[in-house]
Amino acid sequence: MKKRTISVLLATAMVAGTLAACGGSSAPAEKPAEEPAAETTEEAPAEETAEEAPAEETAEEAPAEESAEGKVLNIYCWNEEFKSRVKDHYPGYEEVDATHGKIGDVEVVWNITPNENNAYQNNLDETLLKQADAAADDKIDIFLIEADYALKYVGTDYTMPVADLGITEDELANQYGYTKDVVTDANGALKGLSWQGCPGVMIYNRAAAKEVFGSEEPADIQAKFSDWDAFVASAKELKDKGYSVVSSVNDTYRVYSNNVTSPWVVDGKINLDPNIKKWVDDSKALVDAGYAGTHDLWSDDWSKGFYPDGKVFAYFGPAWLIDFCMAADTEGSIANAGGWAATEGPQGFNWGGTWICAATGTDNQTLVADIMRQLTCNEEIMTDIVKKDNDFVNNKPAMEAMAADESYGDAVLGGQNALGMFCAGADKIVMDQITIYDQGCTEEFQKAMKGYFEGQQDFDAAYEAFCKAVVEKYPELTY
Amino acid sequence: MEKAKRGKVVSYNKWGYFFLIPFVVVYAIFQLIPLVSTIYNSFFENYRSGLTQVGPNFIGLKNYMTLFTNGDLLSYTRNTMIMWILGFVPQILVSLLLGAWFSDPSLRLKFQRFFKTVIYLPNLIMASAFSMLFFTLFADSGPINSILISLGIFSAPYKFMSHVWSVRGLVALMNFIMWFGNTTILLMAGMMGIDPSLYEAAQVDGATATQIFYRITLPLLRPILLYVMITSLIGGLQMFDVPQILTNGTGDPVRSSMTLIMYLNKHLFSKNFGLGGALSVLLFIITGIFSLIVFKLNTSTEK
Amino acid sequence: MNTENKTSKGLPIGVRRAIAYIVLAIVSILCIIWFYILFINATRSKGELTRGFTPIPSTHLLENLRDGVFHGTQPFVRGMLNSLFVAGCSAALCTYFSTMTAYAIHVYDFKLKKFMSTFILAVMMIPTQVTALGFLQLVGRMKLEDNFIPLIIPAIAAPVTYFYMKQYMESTLPLSLIEAARIDGSGEFRTFNSIVLPLMKPAIAVQAIFTFVSSWNNYFTPALILHKDLMKTLPILIAQLRSADFLKFNMGHVYAAIAFSIFPVIVVYLILSKYIVGGTTLGGVKG
Repeated sequence: MKKRTISVLLATAMVAGTLAACGGSSAPAEKPAEEPAAETTEEAPAEETAEEAPAEETAEEAPAEESAEGKVLNIYCWNEEFKSRVKDHYPGYEEVDATHGKIGDVEVVWNITPNENNAYQNNLDETLLKQADAAADDKIDIFLIEADYALKYVGTDYTMPVADLGITEDELANQYGYTKDVVTDANGALKGLSWQGCPGVMIYNRAAAKEVFGSEEPADIQAKFSDWDAFVASAKELKDKGYSVVSSVNDTYRVYSNNVTSPWVVDGKINLDPNIKKWVDDSKALVDAGYAGTHDLWSDDWSKGFYPDGKVFAYFGPAWLIDFCMAADTEGSIANAGGWAATEGPQGFNWGGTWICAATGTDNQTLVADIMRQLTCNEEIMTDIVKKDNDFVNNKPAMEAMAADESYGDAVLGGQNALGMFCAGADKIVMDQITIYDQGCTEEFQKAMKGYFEGQQDFDAAYEAFCKAVVEKYPELTY
Repeated sequence: MEKAKRGKVVSYNKWGYFFLIPFVVVYAIFQLIPLVSTIYNSFFENYRSGLTQVGPNFIGLKNYMTLFTNGDLLSYTRNTMIMWILGFVPQILVSLLLGAWFSDPSLRLKFQRFFKTVIYLPNLIMASAFSMLFFTLFADSGPINSILISLGIFSAPYKFMSHVWSVRGLVALMNFIMWFGNTTILLMAGMMGIDPSLYEAAQVDGATATQIFYRITLPLLRPILLYVMITSLIGGLQMFDVPQILTNGTGDPVRSSMTLIMYLNKHLFSKNFGLGGALSVLLFIITGIFSLIVFKLNTSTEK
Repeated sequence: MNTENKTSKGLPIGVRRAIAYIVLAIVSILCIIWFYILFINATRSKGELTRGFTPIPSTHLLENLRDGVFHGTQPFVRGMLNSLFVAGCSAALCTYFSTMTAYAIHVYDFKLKKFMSTFILAVMMIPTQVTALGFLQLVGRMKLEDNFIPLIIPAIAAPVTYFYMKQYMESTLPLSLIEAARIDGSGEFRTFNSIVLPLMKPAIAVQAIFTFVSSWNNYFTPALILHKDLMKTLPILIAQLRSADFLKFNMGHVYAAIAFSIFPVIVVYLILSKYIVGGTTLGGVKG
């Protein structure tokens, strides 16, 4: 950890200095990259430390060395989302073709591997492990991560603290606290930044609300769903009129799992949080009463409720679900007609989110830092993202201003400006129980509990099956 | 081959070695080395946790103990065999029937070319794409359910993916559709090798189509039939993509459609070379035993 | 087979023929309908697809092909060339060398013959996935990642194809024919190439199709070995398209891509299938 102290010192020295320091910050990292490829992965960070110290003195010459920055910026991600953000909002980015772009004279290479079968992480892992030996132009510069497995990368030396890039706490003051907590390692170093916040709300069908509860106003509906008991009572009313309260019990999973008081794994042993167990019990009751289905998220059966014939009352999700997943561009869908509305629902929660990380050994530190700054700290650009892409951005003043903006409304929500609701939600999000095992645990838990909900096995057997599946993924765990 | 003792022929026989060289060399490099390293790995604790490599540490037979004691291996072998048999039995029956019809001179079927061409087509679709189609068709709100409901067979959608036997049945059905054309082609290629004069002679003698099938076609087809059975068994034990994609990798309900290779695939997630290696070795042994049984059954009736 | 037994004995030929036609018609529908569904789905837009299946084609085929296949994020045309190259080479090498191996075991009599034939039979039973872990490590050590060699060359040693060739030779290749060639002064290698290979045509065509198709549709190994976009084969590209994110995810594109990638296999199949269904008999060889 000696490395970190020195780096932080170094970074502070530079920021205190001139703009040139920004250019200079790239110089130290440049050195290890030029080292012969003989170093092993483990040794690389240590090596870097040694190289960085003398670099401090040379910071003055930084502008001259700026040209020494890499000519290729390699970005690893699993989809097009970040690419379209960079393309639409990063000043000076020119698209060359689907997987290549240009920023000034730096070539941007998008290495997009889908999430399917864990392919993205497998590919990223293999490349990161070889990072120290890779040629400068082949080294990963930026990679993206999601909350469910963020700690897997944040906890290692393969990700650079953003302080090392010269980004200060002050610059990040407007970001929501939890987006920083997720990517902070055990030693308190911040290792990534996000441009979005993902507070979730309950998105309900206006027509169904009017038919069953006699009102489509968010305040009236909120009263009907203010807590889980009210939720169940209202579910019964919906069922009597032929509606499912939610499409699948998996819809409410994130609401419970984001309000836990203990992590999935405690001291190497799989742990079941009481709130997760509450999800199981509540869901079992919902399924048994016929109030909700057991479909997998994203399946055709699950998304039937995006159309009036699906007879689904509500979905739980953040801004991205509303705008991109509910078939707004399809004629005949509820979203297309602006037939949804948002309300807080029984509990606030967070779902998803993408973080930008700088890979240790990157030869484009200035550029990486600038991309992070522009997309996650620049209020103007971020407001633009809200307006253009309806994303919920990670910038409190921008969001609060938008929430108060009478002229802004989401067409999918029938013109409702739900940003105030999202802002309130984002302030309350706590993500302090995450582990590196969350992704595997979440996936396997939903799969295993399906057997219990559908009555194929009892809870204990389903839980046993879950534990078994988790240990298959993470052999070091016990249960 | 008794001629082999004569000097002239013996000199030809060295060519046997020459002709074997490509196979042996390639096999040794690309199969034998990986196989040996797989076996070697099976005695080590060797996996990756996140980005941290654990092991390799020599742990003897512990991986094998783990696999045997948790008892899953047996049920996955059972699942695999059940789904294979469900698909293979109709497959071989239909293939033989079609083969017999095609080769029956008295039937004189028209459009044979068309039928023979068509039956193999399903095999051209990627298994993953095929499973995707099935998944959509048999979804709770899919077209099959709407047809069944409109016919009045069910009043509510039947959850095909939530019942043990419907999932197994679908997997078997898909394997059947994908592979019966393949089997029929193999059998037909074998049947084409049968001297047509044998059929003509049999017809002249007044044999019925059934007699021709049992007395001439079937016995002469034995080598190809043996081939079909063994390759199908091996393919069956390797069953992976169809149930994997149909059940989204879960082998649900309650892992009743989890096959051996799907289980192996689970260990690839954590790059678990140790446990995965041990499982591979056991798979090898299981396949060997089953193949030996089929082989013995066939050669013993051959006398 | 009992039912068939009864019908064929008791029923007049006309009825049997009728039954055969009905069964064949059902079977053919069962085989073709998938292509129909694929085609229909390839013509439908994202939204239409989420609303369930209809038997009537829609109007978005060109749009799906354009956005999903030709001008999408994945290099599909390049992928098709890669797939053609890998599958074509695999099929050629596999059938040629498997026939050669089978020939060696079938025709010659040498000391290790029994051992070799048992050995190949035994190794045939090893599932490919069993050695996948070791194979991957080997490829890494040989620095053959992002290379077609580990996808093509191993096809030379294909025990399953060998086994078929040998079984086929047993029922159709008379040793007397080879004796005759020797008497005519033909060298062993020439005999194999110019006399045996042509005789094996139906078997070679059958196995060439099988090898080509399985190589064409193989996802498992290429996905482990090929990482560079320009090297990827079609199944990998389709998998990438399928797992695109919610922003871009469009099943219409996926179906269009699948339809696009099935097309060449159908062509290859139709070309080779004439050897299988054309009525070539080997009967004349016997005797």
